[in-house]
Amino acid sequence: MYPADLKYTKDHEWIKLDGKLGRIGVTDYAQHALGDVVFVELPQVGRALQAAETFGVVESVKAVSDMHCPVSGQVKEVNPALETQPELVNKDCYGAGWFIVIEVQKPKELDALMDAKAYEAFVASEAH
Amino acid sequence: MNDTSLRRTPLHAQHMALGAKMVPFGGWDMPVQYRGILEEHRAVRSAAGLFDVSHMGEVEIAGPSALPALQSLVSNDASRLQVGQVQYSALTTEAGSFVDDLTVYRLADDCFMLTLNASNTAKDLAWIRDHLGGRAEVRDVSDRMALIAVQGPRAVEILQRLTPVDLGQVAYYWFTSGPVLGKRALLSRTGYTGEDGFEIYLAPDHAPAVWQACLEAGTPLGLVPTGLGARDTLRLEAKMALYGNDIDDAHTVLEADLGWIVKLDKGEFTGRAALARQKAEGITRKLVGFEMVGRGIARPHNPICRKGERIGAVTSGSFGPWVQKNIGLGYVAIKEAAIGTDIEVIIRDQPVAARIVKTPFYKRTR
Repeated sequence: MYPADLKYTKDHEWIKLDGKLGRIGVTDYAQHALGDVVFVELPQVGRALQAAETFGVVESVKAVSDMHCPVSGQVKEVNPALETQPELVNKDCYGAGWFIVIEVQKPKELDALMDAKAYEAFVASEAH
Repeated sequence: MNDTSLRRTPLHAQHMALGAKMVPFGGWDMPVQYRGILEEHRAVRSAAGLFDVSHMGEVEIAGPSALPALQSLVSNDASRLQVGQVQYSALTTEAGSFVDDLTVYRLADDCFMLTLNASNTAKDLAWIRDHLGGRAEVRDVSDRMALIAVQGPRAVEILQRLTPVDLGQVAYYWFTSGPVLGKRALLSRTGYTGEDGFEIYLAPDHAPAVWQACLEAGTPLGLVPTGLGARDTLRLEAKMALYGNDIDDAHTVLEADLGWIVKLDKGEFTGRAALARQKAEGITRKLVGFEMVGRGIARPHNPICRKGERIGAVTSGSFGPWVQKNIGLGYVAIKEAAIGTDIEVIIRDQPVAARIVKTPFYKRTR
């Protein structure tokens, strides 16, 4: 449920590092908690983001949630499919339902994020 | 997650067994969804949905003066009801705004049942008792009543398997009494989804058996248990007002575009003078429906503008799962309320284009 090659935030985003690039999405826990996603708002390519900065919005039928950038970086790519198929966030949150790709500015910031095991424990504690 | 201050309906165990996601609603622990709001919404439009709405309040007004007593409280004309008939109405303030909206059932010549919003039941009861001052007997029967709704194009077919009552003989906004699985229930051809169907009032201890039987009879025909999430999107597509969102004690019945439940000629009632004055002078704002043209979902309290100038605010907004559009309701200045008017909804400080459209957003084909 929580792939080992990703790093996780307390806001339930994941980031996958590939060289300098980091692909970002939300976790399975988050998509479950949100329910059916019906709208996603993403940033402009080129925008510079600080760690923890709000970069977009995901809306389910009932809820509106901000998404936060796990680490600092510049937006290189946004997922165009989410404009017409926001349900990809529910169907494939670690694959086709990704949000953005950033060029990571401070790789050291990744050390502050959780690995899969720590995140799983974090989720368990959140659910009581 | 286990909030013991919340009340539970007689079907709470059924919701848990079905794996429902539970939320607090009007002081009750209620299912917001089972498998997903979109799936449940589509099932109700294309087949059928099963709803637990036992949280709703029920109050009886009885006695020789029940009719004039009730007439003094509500804006619609209850004298037009025959025994067996249901009427949508408003419990009105002196200002002509809503204490609550409700359905009125004429159980007998001198006995009426009012179905009230869960979150308003205590307030309504106090209001009713205070304003009637003993002119009629007022009984809170909420605890003696569970309420199950079966809604959708296949609802009647499904419910018919549980009762010998010929449901086809019950017209829209009429009700009848009869056995469901052998025990007495009140079967009302009403709902809050824009679909055909029934609402079944029954004894709480009988509710689990009827719920299970509906699931068993209905599942092969596409019926699914449906939570409050889809109930909200269904009623929005059908432009049925939600108390606390679209109607409240700050907006009058006329402003809510519900003039058809205001019968000024029926005699005196609380709020009549204010509504008569407002009707003569004309309303200054009105509840309208709109469709988003730009990308974005309107949410309650978002400002509504026209050419940069604020003209109102959103009261309900959502993705409409059946109409496949982002839709909403809101109050706007009357001079900007015409169908076809281009407006902007301010979402996260950005104006997003929208247009006032004809409502309801969805109307079933008979």
